[in-house]
Amino acid sequence: MRCKKMVNVGRRQFLRGSAVAGVGAAATMMTGVQAHAATPGAQVDYPSTKLGNISDLTVNEPVDIEFPDADSPGVLLKMGEAVEGGAGPDSDIVAFSVLCPHKGWYMSYNSEDRTLNCPGHYSRFDAEAGGQQVWGHATQNLPQFTLRIDDKGDIYAEGASDLIFGRPSNVL
Amino acid sequence: MAYKRQIDRLPIPPADAKVHNVTCHYCIVGCGYKAYTWPRNKQGTTTENAFGIDLGEQQPADGTWIAPSMYNMVQQDGQDVHLAVVPDHDCVVNSGLASIRGARMAENRPSRVTGTQQQRLSDPLVWRNGVWQPTTWNDALDLVARVTARIVTEGSEDDLVVSMFDHGGSAGGYENTWGTGKLYFDSMKIKNCRIHNRPAYNSEVHSSRDMGVDELNYSYSDYEITDTIVMVGANPLETQTNAFLNHMVPGMLNGARFIMVDPRRSVTVNACEEVAGTENVLHLAIKPGTDMALFNTLLTYIVDQGWTDDAFIANSTFQGGEAVGEGSGQPAGLGSLDFAMQDIRTALSEGAEICGVAEADIVKAAEWIAKPKDDGSRRKCVTGYEKGIIWGNDNYRTIGAVVNLSLATGNIGREGTGCCRMGGHQEGYYRPSDAHVGRPATYVDQLLIRGGGKIHHVWACDHYKTTLNAAQFKRVHKRRSDMVKDAMDAAAGGSREQLVDAIVSAVNAGGLFVVDVDIIHSQIGQNAHVVLPACEANEMNLTSMNGERRLRLSERYMDPFGNSKPDCLIAAGVAQHMESVLREMGNDAYADQFKGYDWSSEEDAFMDGYNQGNPEVTYDRLRAMGNNGVQEPVTGFENGALIGTPRLYTDGVFTRHGREDGKALFLAAGWRGWQAPGKAQEEANHEFWINNVRANIFWQNQFLDQDNDFVQDRFPYPFIEMNGDDMARLGISTGDLIEISNGNGATQGMAYPTDTAKPGQVAMVFGSPAGSQGNVVNPGVNELVLPDYKHTWGNIRKLADAPPQAKAISFKSKEYTA
Repeated sequence: MRCKKMVNVGRRQFLRGSAVAGVGAAATMMTGVQAHAATPGAQVDYPSTKLGNISDLTVNEPVDIEFPDADSPGVLLKMGEAVEGGAGPDSDIVAFSVLCPHKGWYMSYNSEDRTLNCPGHYSRFDAEAGGQQVWGHATQNLPQFTLRIDDKGDIYAEGASDLIFGRPSNVL
Repeated sequence: MAYKRQIDRLPIPPADAKVHNVTCHYCIVGCGYKAYTWPRNKQGTTTENAFGIDLGEQQPADGTWIAPSMYNMVQQDGQDVHLAVVPDHDCVVNSGLASIRGARMAENRPSRVTGTQQQRLSDPLVWRNGVWQPTTWNDALDLVARVTARIVTEGSEDDLVVSMFDHGGSAGGYENTWGTGKLYFDSMKIKNCRIHNRPAYNSEVHSSRDMGVDELNYSYSDYEITDTIVMVGANPLETQTNAFLNHMVPGMLNGARFIMVDPRRSVTVNACEEVAGTENVLHLAIKPGTDMALFNTLLTYIVDQGWTDDAFIANSTFQGGEAVGEGSGQPAGLGSLDFAMQDIRTALSEGAEICGVAEADIVKAAEWIAKPKDDGSRRKCVTGYEKGIIWGNDNYRTIGAVVNLSLATGNIGREGTGCCRMGGHQEGYYRPSDAHVGRPATYVDQLLIRGGGKIHHVWACDHYKTTLNAAQFKRVHKRRSDMVKDAMDAAAGGSREQLVDAIVSAVNAGGLFVVDVDIIHSQIGQNAHVVLPACEANEMNLTSMNGERRLRLSERYMDPFGNSKPDCLIAAGVAQHMESVLREMGNDAYADQFKGYDWSSEEDAFMDGYNQGNPEVTYDRLRAMGNNGVQEPVTGFENGALIGTPRLYTDGVFTRHGREDGKALFLAAGWRGWQAPGKAQEEANHEFWINNVRANIFWQNQFLDQDNDFVQDRFPYPFIEMNGDDMARLGISTGDLIEISNGNGATQGMAYPTDTAKPGQVAMVFGSPAGSQGNVVNPGVNELVLPDYKHTWGNIRKLADAPPQAKAISFKSKEYTA
């Protein structure tokens, strides 16, 4: 009945390693000439991440994605008709985080009514209505990824509408 | 458009952030939270922070996370501080779970920095020259006291009508019920009073208490070790969310079966089927209002099968026939099981016919509740009930029928059992005796409608949204209070004495002087002449107990907004001004009754009230008990800890009725159809049953949620769940605005197509500021003035096409589908 928790040990180990490297780099900088901190942006800087190509998508068939990093699973969908936040020539391509913003359980896509459903506590979100929570315990709608589609039909994620579960910043 | 916060980063609480114990101030469950506060110019890092975990890593499911709704910037000791209110993993109530209500506590705090909840009242307001002018406490309280003192001395205290909350959490709690209670039940003896959600001052569960059974007798842990959970007119996944998720779900995973008695299929039924499998869930979708017939049929069948707990009945229940006769304050007789069965006895076929469910399903329910296991041991059963029968047909007798079944099967006072109301707010009642109010109590709404009463003091009640017969009530209340506004306007430029004279003349001519104490300027507050600003839990220290009698101190972590105050200190201010005005009037004896309010803090009110009856309990000791608190009654203090009572009646001695024999009583009553006047005729004359329901996203009448973008984006209009065929027949499309009307009035909402809604039955959300369901509820009450909000019938028509806001939202099924 209950699915496994999302984040596996391997991914956590990988992240722990990179965090240590970051601290080391900062320490190195402190010993050099006095540095002026760059003015931080009002929004965090997201990596521009290629999710796929329009030609790879089939209407109502979910594609697993990871954005802004490998520990943040999401879903890429072509809905077949224009929807809220939809990108592409038909304004019908959307992408969302699939970590439930209630308690971070991994959600599954129900292609019948085009919702994302959380097995943890039964929350559900509407992929055709900007990720609005249809019913549930989360206090925000589903983080929707900002998409850019280039001339070749390549789909890039470059931002998110809401904070992703389990992190103080969408880009860790 | 789905509401997007456009927040992609939050401040991190530093390791030295202040940590405060918080009990969620919304529903009865009272989940534990920790509030972290830290200076505006400080922050933690991913590695050095208040949680002591590496926030540079993605946290796993159920891990610690500050959602944007859990964050705000508020004032603490006059300084702007960061605030994060995060669910507490170590609290046994919720084990780190947060509901859609509690997880928004922080963002529902007033903040001049982030702009949240600017609807909160910051200063007293007095009606002056056509507007409410902000003023000082002294000015406002002086006017309240001068008018009140004149009226109650020239007439009597019966001319003062009081509406006052009786609950815990929110702005209630032991401090504030004591402050208001001392003012109106000790300094005065006000009998024309009512409670926030019903038109009289009475219990919602008189019969359970008369039978000897306190309505909150179990521990939530009993759900985890029971064999069968029975819910009657309750929807715990939505309204007691973490009692369901953190206690009932584990119970089902441990093998418990679930019986739901509710005409409507709710998301609770859906979730139970997911957890336990459909074969272990029985939804008895009875005809509206027939719960009593169902429980009488179940008890008859169980008695006839010999499945009663005879030892328990012999030892713990009354044996001598009739104990208490039916009377004016007693809508049914009480006595032994044999005595009660004379009225209760209902054949299976008759019960099935009345309730509209299959005989086999009633038998199945009886087996799940009481049929001994193969090894001969008894099944354990927990029963929970709430508004479906509390605000339902024949309140007294129906609740009695439910408690009867639990008593007859020995399911009270033992592990894995209980028979409890599920509850709305938390509890926090400590007041002087209300015996002078009488039983039945005054039907206050009707008193006001008839022109009775001259002053109306309103404490955190908004009858515009939450009373029955609301259309008529509002018309009369507005007309009478407008008479006083007109008189005040006409006295412009005069002295205080001339103003008071003008008000007194107006109320003697049929007007009503209204004082409204609230945290916002409510709908009924539009009729007020003086508005007094109160604060809430965590803007003050506040004590309450939850649905398993768990008492906690929810600590103050921020300042009251503006010049608002705790209700107990407002009540003290009223009393002090009454004393001085009465002394000025030369009425020293009466003035002396208003002594004893020398409180400088809410803790003083707590010590003056609750502590006097419970001397072991102090703020310091409760603070030390943390978010797990202590379950009432508190019996002692040992080794630095308060000693509580996890479960009532473990000794089999029942005391709630005050009888010396300690024996529980059975309630003797048979089914009698619609009890309240006018219901049967209304049903016959209208097409739709208008069910009055709740949704997890809203807290009560949305007093804070009406200013919460996330909530209002989801439901810009009150939803009315409706069957698709009914909609098609009436030419109603998804999201259309529709009107419900009957002889009582009309209300309006938004059609939400719902597959599981039965034809001819709609479900409208209760208490919405944008459409009061109470407008169409008739004035019918039971013998003890308990309203039957749940049974209302009306006709429906389309008002307008779905407006843009409604068109933009999701109308998909609320039921989880993997």
